[in-house]
Amino acid sequence: MNAIFEGIGASVRRKEDLRFISGRGHYTDDMNRAGQTHLILKRSDRPHAIINSIDISAAKAAPGVVAVFTHADLDADGVGGVPCGWQIHSKDGSPMVEPAHPVLATGRVRHVGDPVVAIIAETKQQAKNAAELVVIDYTDLPAVAHIADAIAPSAPLVHDGAPGNTCFDWHLGDKEAVDAAFARAAHRVKLDLANNRLVPNAMEPRAAIGDYDAMSGEYTLITTSQNPHVIRLLMGAFVLHIPEHKLRVLAPDVGGGFGSKIYHYAEEAIVTWAAGKLKRPVKWTCDRSEAFVSDAHGRDHLSTAEMALDAEGNFLALRVSTVANLGAYLSTFAPAVPTYLSATLLAGVYKTPVIYSEVRAIFSNTVPVDAYRGAGRPESTFLLERLLDTIAQDTGIDRIELRRRNFIPADAFPYQTPVALQYDSGDYVTTLNSALKAADWAGFAGRRAEAKSRGKLRGIGVSTYVEACGIAPSKLVGALGARAALYEVAQIRVHPTGSVTVFTGTHSHGQGHETTFAQLVASQLGVPFSQVDIVHGDTNKIPFGMGTYGSRSLAVGGTAMVKAMDKIIAKGKKIAAHLLEASVEDIEFADGNFTVAGTDRAKSFGEIALTAYVPHNYPIEELEPGLEETAFYDPANFTFPGGCHVCEVEIDPETGTIQVVNFTAVDDVGRVINPMIVEGQIQGGIAQGIGQALLEDAVYDKAGQLVSGSFMDYTMPRADNLPNISVGTETTLCTHNALGVKGCGEVGAIGSPPAVMNAVVDALKDYGVRHMNMPATPMKIWQIINASAGKLAAD
Amino acid sequence: MPQVTLTVNGKTHTVEVEGRTLLVELLREKLGLTGTHVGCDTSQCGACTVMMNGTSVKSCTTLALQADGASVMTIEGLAAADGTLHPMQEAFREHHALQCGFCTPGMVMSAVDLVQSHPQGLSEADIRHGLEGNLCRCTGYHNIVKAVAAAWPVMHGKQPVAAE
Repeated sequence: MNAIFEGIGASVRRKEDLRFISGRGHYTDDMNRAGQTHLILKRSDRPHAIINSIDISAAKAAPGVVAVFTHADLDADGVGGVPCGWQIHSKDGSPMVEPAHPVLATGRVRHVGDPVVAIIAETKQQAKNAAELVVIDYTDLPAVAHIADAIAPSAPLVHDGAPGNTCFDWHLGDKEAVDAAFARAAHRVKLDLANNRLVPNAMEPRAAIGDYDAMSGEYTLITTSQNPHVIRLLMGAFVLHIPEHKLRVLAPDVGGGFGSKIYHYAEEAIVTWAAGKLKRPVKWTCDRSEAFVSDAHGRDHLSTAEMALDAEGNFLALRVSTVANLGAYLSTFAPAVPTYLSATLLAGVYKTPVIYSEVRAIFSNTVPVDAYRGAGRPESTFLLERLLDTIAQDTGIDRIELRRRNFIPADAFPYQTPVALQYDSGDYVTTLNSALKAADWAGFAGRRAEAKSRGKLRGIGVSTYVEACGIAPSKLVGALGARAALYEVAQIRVHPTGSVTVFTGTHSHGQGHETTFAQLVASQLGVPFSQVDIVHGDTNKIPFGMGTYGSRSLAVGGTAMVKAMDKIIAKGKKIAAHLLEASVEDIEFADGNFTVAGTDRAKSFGEIALTAYVPHNYPIEELEPGLEETAFYDPANFTFPGGCHVCEVEIDPETGTIQVVNFTAVDDVGRVINPMIVEGQIQGGIAQGIGQALLEDAVYDKAGQLVSGSFMDYTMPRADNLPNISVGTETTLCTHNALGVKGCGEVGAIGSPPAVMNAVVDALKDYGVRHMNMPATPMKIWQIINASAGKLAAD
Repeated sequence: MPQVTLTVNGKTHTVEVEGRTLLVELLREKLGLTGTHVGCDTSQCGACTVMMNGTSVKSCTTLALQADGASVMTIEGLAAADGTLHPMQEAFREHHALQCGFCTPGMVMSAVDLVQSHPQGLSEADIRHGLEGNLCRCTGYHNIVKAVAAAWPVMHGKQPVAAE
C-alpha cells in the first residue's frame, strides 16, 4: 500500500493542479476548430423597447462576414425558446406565468443585454466591426428595474401576459396558526430587509463552440457548463430538436461557475444551430462587460419578516413576505430559488413551531436572476439571522442566549420543520460553542476597548445556520415543480491490470473532483490513488447525470460511486470464491484483498480484475466476464450542513471604511474526504459572502441601465479587502447516504453575510442603527455616523 | 500589416499583427499559448498577466507592437526546461492556492514579480496589497497569500518555511 496516506480524510494535493499551474488547462476559449468562424451578438442597449425594424444589409456586406441571423431565421427553422426547468403554482393553484423566452429577441427587447442579432464572421474583430453596422430601429417603452417600481399599481408591464408583472404568488405554511400565535405573543419584532442583487462573475467568462459533422449528422457543443447532460437535454429536446444521440455536449475545464453556468443560455443554441446551418464551427466568447448583462444574476429579494415570541424569548411563530425579482425572462431554475430553496429554510436552526411564508415573484427589465452560490438559502439565512439580532436588540435578550434558547436540540433529530423539510442530523450547540471559543468571543470587550483607544469602532457578529443541499430526491422535487430528475450516476471501469476509471455525471468547475473522488474510490477499492482517474464533462463518455450545483457532487454523485463499487466488490467476491474454492458468503473484502474469512487465503483486487478480463479459470456459466459497473443514486432526502460563523469588523468613523479583522467559521459538512479542499471551498464561499455584505451590488438605475456593469464599477473582493479566514469543522454524519457526507460548496456564502452585517450593526450600536442592508459601503456607514454625530451634537 | 519580433519563453517569433492587436491576442491566437487568460475587458482582473522584460504586465492592456524587441515569459515558460516547477508553482500546489485555475497563471506571474521585486521581505499586508490587481473568485485569497509567503524564502535562497 501507499507510504503516504491518501485515503478518506487526507489532505491529498490535487491531481488537477499540475495542468493549471503550468498553463495547460483546457478551457473552452482555449479550443479552436479547423475552419472556425466567430459569433458576436448585437445586444439591446435599451431596457425595454419595441423592435420596429432590423437592417442587416450593411453588416452582411462587411469584410469577412459569413452570415447575419435574426429571430426570423430561427423561426424559419422551428427553433424553440429557452425553456424553464421548474414550474411553481400560485396560492390559487394556477401555474406561474411563463412567457416566451426567444433565443434572439422577437418583437421586443426586455433588458439591456437581450440578444437581437447574431453576426458571424471569419474573425472576431470582423464580426465586431460588422455588428456596428447593424441598424435596429426601436421605439422605447417605459421600463421597470427595481422591485418597488415593478409592483407599483400602474407599473409598465414587462410581459403583456403577466398583469402586475407577477410571475407567481406562492405560499407555504400554516397562515391561521401563525396569525393565532401572533395574537397571543408577548413580543413581536418586525424587520424589512433587502437581499442585494449580485453578479456571479466566475473568472472564466462563458464561451461556446458549435460544430456539425455532415457525414455523421452529429452536432457538438463545447461549452462552459456545470452540467453538460442538462444542456444536451434542454437544448436538444426543447430548442433545436436534435435527437440526443446526435448531440454531443462537452464541458472541458470550467473556470468557476457558482451557479451561473448551470443554465442553458441562448448563445449555446445559436452556435450549435449556426454550425449546422453554415457547416462550419462557430465560436463565441463572452466579454466581461457582456457577461454583466447576459449571465444570470443572483439574489434580489425584498422581504418583511416578523417573529412572535413569548415573554421568555421563545419563538412562537414566524411570518415572512418576500418579493423576488426574476428579471425579464425565466432562467432555468429561477422559480425554485425564492420558493423551495429559500422559504423551506425559514425554520433555520430554530424550533419555531409555526411559519408562514409568501413569495411573489415578479418580472422586471433586468437580466434574468437564478441560483447563485447558495441559491435561496443565503436569502433566508440573512433574513433569519438579522432578525435574530434585531429581536435581541429590541427585547434586550443576549443574542447568543436567544439562539441557544431556540435551537433545535441535538437529540431532536430527525426534526420535522413546519416548512416541509425534515433535517436528518445536526448539532448547533456544538458548532456555536466551538466557533465562539475559536473566535474568542469572551475576549471581545477587551478588543473593542483597545480599538476604541485607536479611534476605531469594533463590532462582532454571529450567525448560526443550516442549509439544505445534496439536491435532491427526484420524486419530491418533481412534486414541487421540477421538470427534471436530480439523481446522479457513476460508472466504474476496472481495467484488466486493476487501475480504475470513474465516469461521473457531476462536473468540477474548481471543486477538485478529480482528487476527492479518486481518494474515495481508491480507499474503497484498496487501489493506489494514482491508479484512479476521474472522467467528467463529455456526454459521449459519461452516462446521463445531472451535473454539479447545490453542493450535490459528493453527497449524490459520490454515493452513486459507492453503489457502483458495491457492485464491483460483490462481483469480485464471486470471482474470488471461484478462485479460492470457497463459498461466496465466506469472502471478505478489505484493503484491496478478497480473503476467505478466518484464513490467509486471499486474492488481490488486481488479480480479480485480471481474472475478470481473462476468464480462463472463471465461473463463466453464472458470471459475465469484465469488471465494470454503473449505479444511479437518487437521494432519500436533502442533506443539511450547518454551523456558526463569527465576524469581527473595525470601522474608521472618520471615513466610514470598514475592515473585516477576524472571521471564524465552524461548519458541520458531514464526513470530510479531503480537509484541504473542504477548507478551501468554505474560505471561497465566505469570501463571496463578505463580498455580498460589504462590496458587491448590481445596481440598476430606475430606467433599467445596469450602472455597475464592469469590474470598474462592480466591487469584486480583492486580496486586500479580505482577512485570513479561520475554518474549523464539527461533524455529525448525514444519516441517509452511505458516506455520511453533507456538502461544503455553499455553506460559506450562506452563513457569512449575516455574520458580517451583525458585526457592522454591532460596531455602530452607539449610533442607533437597528438594521442596514447590504452592501455596507463606507459611504452608507459614514452617512450614518455623520447624521448621528450631528444629532448628538445638537442634543 | 506591421510586424513584431519578440522572444516568448526563450523562442524568437516574428508575427504580422494589426495595429490594434493586443499582446494577449498575439500570445493566445497567433502563438497558441493559451495558458494566459482573458478574464475582463477593463484591465482589472489580471488573469492575462505575463512577464515582459522581467516585469509583470497585463497583456490585455499591452499592444502587441509595444512588445517589439521584448522578452516575454508566460506561464508556459515558468518551469525549468526539464519540467521542474518554479517555486511559486510548487507553492501554489502545496498550499491549495487555486481551485478552478482560471486566474492562476496571471496570479502566479504577478506573485513571481512581487517576490522578485521585494528581496527585503514581504509581510502579509504587502502580499495582499501586491496582489490587489489580480482577481480570484474561488479561494478568498487566503491560500494564495500563504503560497506567496512560502515561495519567498525559496526564491530568495533562504530556508524554506514548512507548510502547515
